[in-house]
Amino acid sequence: MKILVCISNVPDTTTKVKFKEDNTLFDDSGVQWIINPWDELALTRALELKEDAGNSVDEVCVIHVGGAQTDATLRKALAIGADKAFRIDACAADAYYVAGQIASYLKENPFDIVFSGIESSDYNGSSVGAMIAEFMDYSGVSSVTSVNLDGDDVILYRAIPGGKQKIKTGVPLVAVVQKGIAKEPRIPAMRGIMMARKKPLEVIAATEMEMLTKSIKFELPKAKGACKMIDLENVEELVKLLKNEAKVL
Amino acid sequence: MIVNLVSFLRSIISYLKEKLMSVIAFAKNWNGKFKNSTYELVSYTKNLASQLNTQLIVVSIGEVKEEELKSLGKYGAERIISVNDSQMNTLTSRVYAQVISELAEKEGADTIVMSDNESGKAIAPRISVKMKAGMASAVLELPISMNPFVVKKGAFSGKALEYVQIDSPVKVITIAKNCFGFIEDQVDVSIEEFSSHLDAALFKIQVLEEEKQTNKVNLADADIVVSAGRGMRSPDNWGVVEELADVLGAATACSRPVSDEGWRGHEEHVGQTGKVIAPNLYFAAGISGAIQHVAGISRSKCIVAINTDPEAPIFGVADYGIIGDVMEVLPKLTEAVRNSK
Repeated sequence: MKILVCISNVPDTTTKVKFKEDNTLFDDSGVQWIINPWDELALTRALELKEDAGNSVDEVCVIHVGGAQTDATLRKALAIGADKAFRIDACAADAYYVAGQIASYLKENPFDIVFSGIESSDYNGSSVGAMIAEFMDYSGVSSVTSVNLDGDDVILYRAIPGGKQKIKTGVPLVAVVQKGIAKEPRIPAMRGIMMARKKPLEVIAATEMEMLTKSIKFELPKAKGACKMIDLENVEELVKLLKNEAKVL
Repeated sequence: MIVNLVSFLRSIISYLKEKLMSVIAFAKNWNGKFKNSTYELVSYTKNLASQLNTQLIVVSIGEVKEEELKSLGKYGAERIISVNDSQMNTLTSRVYAQVISELAEKEGADTIVMSDNESGKAIAPRISVKMKAGMASAVLELPISMNPFVVKKGAFSGKALEYVQIDSPVKVITIAKNCFGFIEDQVDVSIEEFSSHLDAALFKIQVLEEEKQTNKVNLADADIVVSAGRGMRSPDNWGVVEELADVLGAATACSRPVSDEGWRGHEEHVGQTGKVIAPNLYFAAGISGAIQHVAGISRSKCIVAINTDPEAPIFGVADYGIIGDVMEVLPKLTEAVRNSK
């Protein structure tokens, strides 16, 4: 069995977001780039599945759509333990375009399970994983919080309002995963970092594909007013304010 | 004379075109019932349709009783198409996307809207591919402009707002919870049945079991959330959090370190990599308010912070604050809420 993990390259979660060119572009000066947190958890879980001797996972690969400047992020994925990395050489500006690129690679190079994070922490599109499933005509399960293998079947838990469902399905499959899929992301060890230098990072030319959306402008959320402080000995006052002033009780 | 005739014909054609185009709202039910987010979706799409000068079609998939369907009429759902098929009670994104796309083509719909939740996230991207329709998710208000079609949504996990232009003829959007509210608009409802003949091979997903916490308020839907962090010092201290939540009818939540330590389940983690929520009232007890946490709660209407450290960043985003130990403040607050009832 082969597992492919889709990787998005995003600003570190502590980044203070700024824009440039009249608020039409993200200002990436001084930004640290990381593997999208959900993708990192997905990769961690994929590697755990491979290491479990009871499963027959032969290979865990990562795929990404981006320019050469994102190679450091893919090297990190290799250092964490991925066997191979593929970078489709294009600018990832529209979800339909990105999913289409990954799908056209998959059509030539099939995988059994494709993992995708529920969203990317930059543009929060929440759509690439399920789009790949549709391009490929694969089954798909979204909001996945746990994945296990049972022979050729996949056993997943998916979140539903106020609970979860245990699901059994076959491959090929796209699992769109969220928090819970792995306990915490794996950190690359020194040996992994050394080995990552020798692992294959293949650059693939983009295919012809349309973009259906574009980002035209950004703005920062309005600053909040001052915080009204209430004395510790007077919590009744807070309850009154919540009722009469904020009108939320 | 000829010129007049041509312009007359043109206006008829454009009139017919407008009439043919419509807005589809996908009203997801859970065990045959709609949620508040569904009523908000109907309100949103009804207003969108009237701005576009077109009709709204509400689509329901799976078994839903007539009375429940008719409840959507309170917010303006005049025309409902119900795919009342028990085979489709379980969400299978492939099947749902197929049915909605089929209806959109049949009805000539050019804007398809659903809620940004577990089902919307699974179905909308598939419709996008099927219909080659540009997609925007977690949209925060009615479109800023219709032509070009521009919507406003969150980006960088709550740290920014983004304007997205959708260029394709058909558009798919999901709307964020509490983005619009409810506008009552009682109408008479007409319900049409529709059945789609689907290939059995599409139903590949088998639900083995379902676990539901029926005694707890669901975090994603909750109007009030009581959330606690490392300031609680030990998982054994959570009783005071649950008591306050209980008296408020609130859901409980926690910060990332708390769920990483295993003090609380990961489904309670609120923040950039956990759940992003938008309740009316959010209590942050013993949570310092790291930028990642704030990203998950910034759309709350009102934030109350309780922390021993007056310099904690959470006070920078809170509306009301109390400096003090959560173990002391929370029981007092519970008492005060109880007495105010």
